[in-house]
Amino acid sequence: MENLIALLVAAPLVGAALLLCGGKRLDRTGHWIGSLLAVASFAVAVVLFADMLGKGAEHRALHQHLFSWIPVGGFRADIAFQLDQLSMTFVLLITGVGSLIHIYSIGYMEHDERRRRFFGYLNLFLAAMLLLVLADNYLLLYVGWEGVGLASYLLIGFWQHKPSAATAAKKAFLVNRVGDMGLSIAIMLMFTTFGTFAFGPVFAAAGDASEGRLTAIGLVLLLAACGKSAQVPLQSWLGDAMEGPTPVSALIHAATMVTAGVYLITRSGAIFNLAPDAQTAVVVVGAVTLLFGAIVGCAKDDIKKALAGSTMSQIGYMVLAAGLGPIGYAFAIMHLVTHGFFKAGLFLGAGSVMHGMNDEVDMRRYGGLRRYMPVTFVTFGLGYLAIIGFPGLSGFFSKDKIIEAAFARGGTEGWILGGAALLGAAITAFYMTRVMLMTFFGEKRWDPEEFHPHESPKVMTVPMIVLAVGSVFAGGLFSVGDAFVRWLEPVTSFAHGHSPVSAGVVTAATMVVLAIGVGIAWLMYGRKEVPATAPRGSLLTRAARRDLLQDDFNHVVLVRGGEHLTRTLVYLDHSLVDGAVNGTAAAMGGLSSRLRQLQTGFVRSYAVQMLGGAAVLVAATLLMRGV
Amino acid sequence: MSSVASVHSLWTAAAGAPGRIPAPRIEYVQLSPTLIILGAAIVGVLIEAFLPRRSRYYAQVLLSVVALAAAFAAVIGLAAGGFGSSKAHLAAMGAIAVDGPALFLQGTILLVSLIAVFTFAERRLDPVAHGKRVDSFAAQAAAVPGGEAEQAAVKAGFTTTEVFPVLLFAVGGMLIFPSANDLLTLFIALEVFSLPLYILCALARRQRLLSQESAVKYFLLGAFSSAFLLFGVALLYGYAGTVSYAGIAEVISDGARQVDPALAGTMGNDVLLLIGGALVLMGLLFKVGAVPFHMWTPDVYQGAPTPVTGFMAAATKVAAFGALLRLLYVVLPGMRWDWRPVMWGVAILTMLGGAVLAITQTDIKRLLAYSSIAHAGFILAGVIAASQDGISSVLFYLAAYSFVTLGAFAVVTLVRDAGGEATHLSKWAGLGRRSPLVAAVFAVFLLAFAGIPLTSGFAGKFAVFKAAAESGAGWLVVVGVISSAIAAFFYIRVIVLMFFSEPKADGPTVAVPSVLTSTAIAVGVAATLVLGLAPQYFLDLAGHAGIFIR
Repeated sequence: MENLIALLVAAPLVGAALLLCGGKRLDRTGHWIGSLLAVASFAVAVVLFADMLGKGAEHRALHQHLFSWIPVGGFRADIAFQLDQLSMTFVLLITGVGSLIHIYSIGYMEHDERRRRFFGYLNLFLAAMLLLVLADNYLLLYVGWEGVGLASYLLIGFWQHKPSAATAAKKAFLVNRVGDMGLSIAIMLMFTTFGTFAFGPVFAAAGDASEGRLTAIGLVLLLAACGKSAQVPLQSWLGDAMEGPTPVSALIHAATMVTAGVYLITRSGAIFNLAPDAQTAVVVVGAVTLLFGAIVGCAKDDIKKALAGSTMSQIGYMVLAAGLGPIGYAFAIMHLVTHGFFKAGLFLGAGSVMHGMNDEVDMRRYGGLRRYMPVTFVTFGLGYLAIIGFPGLSGFFSKDKIIEAAFARGGTEGWILGGAALLGAAITAFYMTRVMLMTFFGEKRWDPEEFHPHESPKVMTVPMIVLAVGSVFAGGLFSVGDAFVRWLEPVTSFAHGHSPVSAGVVTAATMVVLAIGVGIAWLMYGRKEVPATAPRGSLLTRAARRDLLQDDFNHVVLVRGGEHLTRTLVYLDHSLVDGAVNGTAAAMGGLSSRLRQLQTGFVRSYAVQMLGGAAVLVAATLLMRGV
Repeated sequence: MSSVASVHSLWTAAAGAPGRIPAPRIEYVQLSPTLIILGAAIVGVLIEAFLPRRSRYYAQVLLSVVALAAAFAAVIGLAAGGFGSSKAHLAAMGAIAVDGPALFLQGTILLVSLIAVFTFAERRLDPVAHGKRVDSFAAQAAAVPGGEAEQAAVKAGFTTTEVFPVLLFAVGGMLIFPSANDLLTLFIALEVFSLPLYILCALARRQRLLSQESAVKYFLLGAFSSAFLLFGVALLYGYAGTVSYAGIAEVISDGARQVDPALAGTMGNDVLLLIGGALVLMGLLFKVGAVPFHMWTPDVYQGAPTPVTGFMAAATKVAAFGALLRLLYVVLPGMRWDWRPVMWGVAILTMLGGAVLAITQTDIKRLLAYSSIAHAGFILAGVIAASQDGISSVLFYLAAYSFVTLGAFAVVTLVRDAGGEATHLSKWAGLGRRSPLVAAVFAVFLLAFAGIPLTSGFAGKFAVFKAAAESGAGWLVVVGVISSAIAAFFYIRVIVLMFFSEPKADGPTVAVPSVLTSTAIAVGVAATLVLGLAPQYFLDLAGHAGIFIR
């Protein structure tokens, strides 16, 4: 059975190779090949899942060693896979949602000349993402990590003729580099600390390492997670990444790739559990980001950017949960999976709206679309209810558990984190209701001459329906008898948190803030007419529209600072380095001209020099002996 | 009175009964390379005497090529027969060593000379004079430059075909030089190859005054240095009572056992050893062109006919470094700590001096002369290593360097204007645009001189510096690398000049050579690249040849 693991990665990898190297002859069939291989990978995943369920909880992990990649002395890098419950969860999510989005893209990208290439990139992404979650060591994980970064870059900039898309791709790539550097440093630290970077040995030896070392490793791993998962302070790229085609936003920048940071932290739980300071840093990052993303999401009029802010915020919840340790890992992953369903569904819904509205993204020019796109409206609506945590739907179960776990951290910290998580839930309810109202309700704010909104074709709506079903039922299914928690427990371990407030109170409080958030949104956008042009807004609104000044901050601190540093270095290079070099060259030239004078051309002076040379030679020889 | 008596006893011993002088045993087989060359040289003289003028050129070229090829085959045969390793021994009553280094060096000299003969025989470069094709050498060497006799000789289409036997004599001396195993043989070999070189230097067809001046300078300074060397030989004899290398080495290590009564006052006196050793070293350092005995090099390299310069720069260096190696490794190993510091100083001066002085040169031949001085310094760094690796690295470097040098000077003969070869650097501007192939080939040679990887220059320099560093002279390597950096500047400058400058309107033309010079250049390029890309086989070869017999 373990021999099937490589097939999971191989199928989309073959697809990528075929589609990217196959040339024009595959233009007409390429999207089918790509989708078929994604579905094939999903089928293999289902077979493996069924096999895994048939085994005892402790014997479910599979290992496959393909070959030794770099065996040099004590350094050993293997191409080897590990499929345990955590990886399995991700594999099912990636291949499942990935297959749906492949199918959706057949319709969405129908009129794009470079559709074959698009599917090639999508397959490449799937292969890299599967490699990331299946690797049994950090180095191979890093290969997948870079691979998804590359795929993300290629897909954000897929419409490279648009300068904004090209710039966004570059921005995503550069910001991610900062995080990637963290991961590479983490791997080096692990190698120097443990002499290996394979999961098993590292986690087994973690207890012997000093806490300082573990904290250092944890912090650089957190840096890596921040880059990939768009967490503060490396969050700035995600909003711009919405320049990519919408299926890309759904798959990579909502459901899967951006959650790789959560996977990394959860996978490295053995290290974080022994480094409380690093864990504190993780929860701080998570709490800050969940509020940051939510606030940004409130102010955006671009539907995709509003959803991007929401993604950032929801991943903030996951990171917060992962930072809580064994009381939170399982809920982080559970929220990750439910979020994968409803956020992918929301993005596909947004794509469907754009598809019907001539690629218009400004929600102020939507309105009243529920009549024109009933399927999109219903599926989007179910996703909306799921994300705000409406009782009974997916988000309700997973988010509620995270809020509880945050309180369970204990002490003042617990109150702060729990409060932040509650506040985030309120803001989530507000901004998602705002999106819902501005898009599907109210009066139409678009010109009927120009726009002809219509429902999308089946190939697009069917994946949306499937995801909507997942959004509704996944959370409940997972929570029946704590199924999900027990499923992951052998990998991530689990501890019951002891919350200072009872679960019932937390749930009630969540319901109350939910109602408040929805109510305010309805007062602002449902009861009143939405202006077609954005009002000036308060200071906070304006700041939020500018992504809470993240780019301004980066520009002033990093870009300006970098420019100053570069100028200083160039100056030093010119004055000191070049000065030294040119000075040496001039000195050599001068010396050469001087010495040339000795070459008089007169044989008599040559003879004298030789005689002198001989005398020195003899004298030196005698001197050496001390005679 | 005692000295008078001892002198008397010497005389009587020497004049002993004729029957008691044993006939010297000569190993003709082992000496065959040298004998073939010297024999062919004598045949060449006879050709000059008896063959009609029109057929002399072909006969001489054929004879030289055949003789050099045969001698090279003999060297290969000897090496294959184990004379370089297991059967190495001293031939001709101990005067000549036949061992690995000797055969390696002789093989190198013979190959280099063979290629040099091609450049000597080139007759397509100079414009046709009065219906006759002519080479680089004077129509009639004895005619006064610019005189009527010269004009008549030119008009008659004379050429100096004597250059070929003269060249062979020089080669013969060079073959003996690195294998000489006593000081007198060393001296005689030195004179045997030096005197023909003086003559060859004077034989340029164009700019004859410059050529003759260079020859006279070379001769005067060469004689001067020979005198030093001979004085050193005398002092060493006074110290050891023998001129044989093994004998001197024995006295140095074990002290004098049988004190010759005539030398009772001097034998075993270290002052004589030190001064004598230093003076003999000086004679050899003069030949390799080491600072401060290098002054002749630029003047002679510039004045001599370019084919001669190429031959001299390549073959003389091989022979002289070979003799230096043998002297230091066979005679003076016991006093390593006396000569090594001094030689360090010489090596540093030579590396830096050559490199620094080359910066401001404006004539390509002078530039290459200073470059050869710098290279002599690099080779010295390997010589001083005083280790097995030192020997093999020097052998490799010499083989690599001599082919690059020959090729480079062969290219210099191609670039011409109305006055003959255009050697001023300013005329080389933009050559790469007019004659990309020639400029590219020259660039390859320059890169090899600079020691850029993938050329033989890099492999050689690396081997030499590695040996020097392993012998504990790391700082010498530092100086060597700095010198290489300085040297790289002027090599690259020529490349920049050739490829990135606008050609001059009245610039030189590149003559189309015959197959002879083309072969020489092609062999040079091939050797440069092969030794640069796959040096290991040849390094191994030099490594196997690296043991001197005592």
